[in-house]
Amino acid sequence: MTTQGCAAPAQTAHLPATVDLSNEAVIQGKVTRDGAPVSSAYARLLDSTGEFTAEVVTGDEGVFRFFAADGDWTVRVLAAGGVSVDTTVTAKTGEVAAVEVAI
Amino acid sequence: MSRSDVLVDADWVEAHLDDPGLVLVEVDEDVSAYDKGHIRGAIKIDWKTELQDPVRRDFVDKTGFEQLLSAKGIANDDLVILYGGNNNWFAAYAYWYFKLYGHEKVKLLDGGRKKWELDSRELVTEVPSRPATEYKAKDQDLAIRAFRDEVVDAIGSKNLIDVRSPDEFSGKLLAPAHLPQEQAQRAGHVPTARNIPWSKAANDDGTFKSDEELRRLYTEAGVDLSKPTIAYCRIGERSSHTWFALHELLGLSDVKNYDGSWTEYGSLVGVPIELGEAK
Repeated sequence: MTTQGCAAPAQTAHLPATVDLSNEAVIQGKVTRDGAPVSSAYARLLDSTGEFTAEVVTGDEGVFRFFAADGDWTVRVLAAGGVSVDTTVTAKTGEVAAVEVAI
Repeated sequence: MSRSDVLVDADWVEAHLDDPGLVLVEVDEDVSAYDKGHIRGAIKIDWKTELQDPVRRDFVDKTGFEQLLSAKGIANDDLVILYGGNNNWFAAYAYWYFKLYGHEKVKLLDGGRKKWELDSRELVTEVPSRPATEYKAKDQDLAIRAFRDEVVDAIGSKNLIDVRSPDEFSGKLLAPAHLPQEQAQRAGHVPTARNIPWSKAANDDGTFKSDEELRRLYTEAGVDLSKPTIAYCRIGERSSHTWFALHELLGLSDVKNYDGSWTEYGSLVGVPIELGEAK
């Protein structure tokens, strides 16, 4: 705990075994370009007022994951070449809200 | 102090990569990003294993900092350019830390790793080797570091800026939303704190907003820029980013970073905590 920082964990398709989904409102998605996963894209989570909440970098499978709270959120994906794509999603505790973002 | 004394942009770094006396340092909590690719010539500092005491919750001490910088091949008169992932959070933390131990010439790369990647600039995997130095640190400059008792005393008198996201501030979330939420401490914020998320000081690409935008941001949120200020977050690295904006970019003289931040304050027995919106 004491040296646990705020950096994002590795973004993998499988939920880490230590996570108890019954307590979490997970938003998970995949960034693709022409069907292929895009790694090193930036996924930003914005709350219902558009305020920045979190950001992760997609892993090799193009995956990003947030531990949000119940409610409506926007995922903004940034990638090289000036790409910026917004997707809205609703999160609910105990569920994984899945998002697909094609850029 | 002007912006160019503390911040450089990506074009500047590309043009000065080979300057003698310049050391580029990538700072991350998870250094696998560095291992996959970094700016040519950059060395890495691991925030977790190299800047923190392995046993106690504190920084490495002065001797530890001297040993670290000596081993990294950083000399006292080198110009150190810091950058990293997570919108430069850990790089800003390291910047504050270099200042805490009295390093004179240190700057941040505006936008950090993110801006560099979004620009599709060159990243390499080759790890440079630098000859060891005999680095001498100064005693910690406590004018820029706040401890818990000072934070309690600041309630209702100094500016307290909570730079976490609105949901962490109100008590809805205990940690940033990219992390699981199981935590030991209580949720909420220090009474009288203003919630000005670190992200409001940055553009989408991770670069800092202009001085004019920053001054308007803090003033409109109710911060009296003539008063002493303490910034905090969850563990002190996002608040380093805000400390940088206030102390280094806007040039305010009395700004401290509370590195104990919410993981300490929210675990203290008997201190006041406020929930919900700022009052």
